[in-house]
Amino acid sequence: MKTICFYFEIHQLRQLKRYRFFDIGSDHYYYDDYANESAVTEVAEKSYVPALTALLEMIKEGEGAFKVALSVSGVGLEMLELYAPQVIELLKEINKTGCCEFLSEPYSHGLSSLASPAVFAEEVKRMNRKIKELFGQKPKVLRNSGLIYSDEIGEMAASMGFKGMLSEGAKHILAWKSPHFLYNCSTAPGLKLLLRDYKLSDDISLRFSNPDWDEYPLFAETYVDWIATLPKDEQIVNIFMNLTAFGIAQPLSSNILEFLKAIPVLAKERGITFSTPSEIVEKHKSVGPLEVPYPLSWMDEERDASSWLGNTLQREAFDKLYSVAERVSLSDDKKLKQDWDYLQAADNFRFMTTKQNGIIPERCIYESPYDAFTNYMNILGDFMARVRAQYPEDIDNEELGALKQVIENQEVEIVQLEAEIESLKAKAATKAKRSAKKEE
Amino acid sequence: MKVLMFGWEFPPHISGGLGTASYGLTKGFVEQGDVEIKFCIPKPYGDEDNSFLRIVGMNSVPIVWKDVDSSYVESRVGKIIRPDEYYHYRNHVYGDFSYMNTNDLGCMEFAGGYPQNLHEEINNYSIIAGVVARAEEFDIIHSHDWLTYPAGIHAKQVSGKKLVVHVHATDFDRSRGNVNPTVYAIEKNGMDHADHIVCVSELTRRTVIEKYHQHPDKVSTLHNAVTPLSQDILDIEPKKIPNEKLVTFLGRITMQKGPEYFVEAAAMVLRKTRNIRFCMAGSGDMMNDMIKLVAQRGIADRFHFPGFMRGRQVYECLKASDVYIMPSVSEPFGISPLEAMQCDVPTIISKQSGCAEILDKCIKTDYWDINAMADAIYSICNNESLYEYLKVEGRREVDNITWEKVALKLRNLYEKVMA
Repeated sequence: MKTICFYFEIHQLRQLKRYRFFDIGSDHYYYDDYANESAVTEVAEKSYVPALTALLEMIKEGEGAFKVALSVSGVGLEMLELYAPQVIELLKEINKTGCCEFLSEPYSHGLSSLASPAVFAEEVKRMNRKIKELFGQKPKVLRNSGLIYSDEIGEMAASMGFKGMLSEGAKHILAWKSPHFLYNCSTAPGLKLLLRDYKLSDDISLRFSNPDWDEYPLFAETYVDWIATLPKDEQIVNIFMNLTAFGIAQPLSSNILEFLKAIPVLAKERGITFSTPSEIVEKHKSVGPLEVPYPLSWMDEERDASSWLGNTLQREAFDKLYSVAERVSLSDDKKLKQDWDYLQAADNFRFMTTKQNGIIPERCIYESPYDAFTNYMNILGDFMARVRAQYPEDIDNEELGALKQVIENQEVEIVQLEAEIESLKAKAATKAKRSAKKEE
Repeated sequence: MKVLMFGWEFPPHISGGLGTASYGLTKGFVEQGDVEIKFCIPKPYGDEDNSFLRIVGMNSVPIVWKDVDSSYVESRVGKIIRPDEYYHYRNHVYGDFSYMNTNDLGCMEFAGGYPQNLHEEINNYSIIAGVVARAEEFDIIHSHDWLTYPAGIHAKQVSGKKLVVHVHATDFDRSRGNVNPTVYAIEKNGMDHADHIVCVSELTRRTVIEKYHQHPDKVSTLHNAVTPLSQDILDIEPKKIPNEKLVTFLGRITMQKGPEYFVEAAAMVLRKTRNIRFCMAGSGDMMNDMIKLVAQRGIADRFHFPGFMRGRQVYECLKASDVYIMPSVSEPFGISPLEAMQCDVPTIISKQSGCAEILDKCIKTDYWDINAMADAIYSICNNESLYEYLKVEGRREVDNITWEKVALKLRNLYEKVMA
């Protein structure tokens, strides 16, 4: 029996403002509030609200048959809390139906998995806590930013207790193999891998409303038939995309939501079910390990990390950013840590891409990759100066850790000693009282 | 294919981009093989590169019949013209110009360059063009810039061949909008008479269509390119000052080039950091104002005016630089950033420059946006990766912009015009 696994990504970056180098040292606020508010409001209105409402309707009509998986980045959640809380309400309502699984991911939607295992682990744990807090679920499946995956990342995920991870069904990894099976991590066999069927996913998210496409107009019947007529043993169809596919990438006027809503009914007629990633991980056996020595992702034709770290500019920005990772983790300055999250968002690196693949990349306020790089490096310059102000450069990280430990130990000691003083004082006081009574 | 070209300057005696472009274009064109170019300039010095085309010195083409013997011609202008050529031209003298100020050979003298009596020289040039057009055989006429448009028109009327005018700049670029009516009239007249107009950028093409009221179908864009650097220039050792960065502006210091924006951006950069030096090479009518402005901003210790540079000096200066900047207010094309990129120098150009249309591996800002300009300078000087990227990729990009490709396009254009 075939099963469809729908997964949608929700993420909004906190857009940086135009920040000139002469602001370094004097201006520590890096964000364009107006741009952020208008972007999030627009996405919520045009895409998130109608799309989530449709999903909710589908779940209710399906009476338990239709299921879906969602992930919301921590940064995205913060943005929604600020500018579009109605989306969070909708998410909570979908959560109540019990037919929605929330996946974990790095809180910042950043590339920490490629830079620092410690930062990555911390971010994922923080995301888990946030999901627990909001939806009461303990995530069992992980999706990394941009579906980045490699053997190494798989190991990290397994060590954090995840049962499965999502990734891309990239041709250069799968070759003759099909993405319609469950695989497992080659170095941590306990971690199962769900691979995206990029053809079926992109049919919806990239091509649906394109009149030049051969299959245009695509009807839900045709689409579900494609799935139903897959070879018999290919049972798992993973359709992953950004939720903005509905309403932003493909306008609602193309009736894409009607298309989506028709899928569960038609699937039922053909005996196709729906599953969440953790159900698939539980019920299905892996057909074998998948070796992924180099990072793989769902971005661009190359399906690797090159859209974020493809050129020297991106790599310098990335290296500089993570050079202060340890210091930031030592700090407990809330503002600094928040900025750290926002600066990590992978989008900031994508704006610096110099790839010429015919697709005009989205660059936000930036006119060119150099502009994006310059602005980011200016902000990073200020950020790093703030980190340095807390922890001078001439002390190395280990020494710093040791000093910090000493301070913490001393603090604990002080608390203990204070408690002792209190109790001794109290004793002394009662003694004094007693002796006073005696004298009476 | 035989082409009669009218130009005003030719390397090594050049004062701007016109000469460089004339050289590159003709050289690229001749490499196609079956091409013959006669290139007329007012005053050759005899050391021009004659190997691939024939330079016609207009100052040695007679317009008045004089009885002189061969050895005398040889001794007077032998460096520029052979006596038999002189006689050939003399046979085509077409009117009585003895009232003009001619010399012992029946020729008119040119001061060369851009003298006070430029309009007179333009007129003389076009009179001589009548002789050349009668004497020479050619398939098409090509006039470079407004100075030679009257000559082109004259040659067209004499020969009945098609005329292509090449717009390297318009007076709107040179004057920030306050056009000289005489110059405008010559430019417009040339364009009106032309069978086709070639512009060095889309920016210029739009000016030609909008300000000179030309039909868009008659106007096409042919971007300039660069000639590969010779080995001895490639071998110049870059002289860099340790722990200091050098930002260079190289060009005429005039309104059109936006030098004041460079000074203001430099002042902003220097407020934040001191290890950057600025250099404004060249001369021009705004030079003294710029020196004053630099003093007013209090950055004279870091801002240098080395004066006009030529030949090898230009490349020595470029190679010593870490950033090249061209903040032109209105630049029809602007070859100099391409030359900087050839010398491995990261480049910042204004969006109002024609070369911005074909360059990608450089930073583009609005000429008035001194904030963005300062930011770009600071970024290149402080981020090694950006510097390296623009240096390497910029070089690669510019190495692919060749005159051969441009000449091929020109060939197709000629064939379309002649058909």
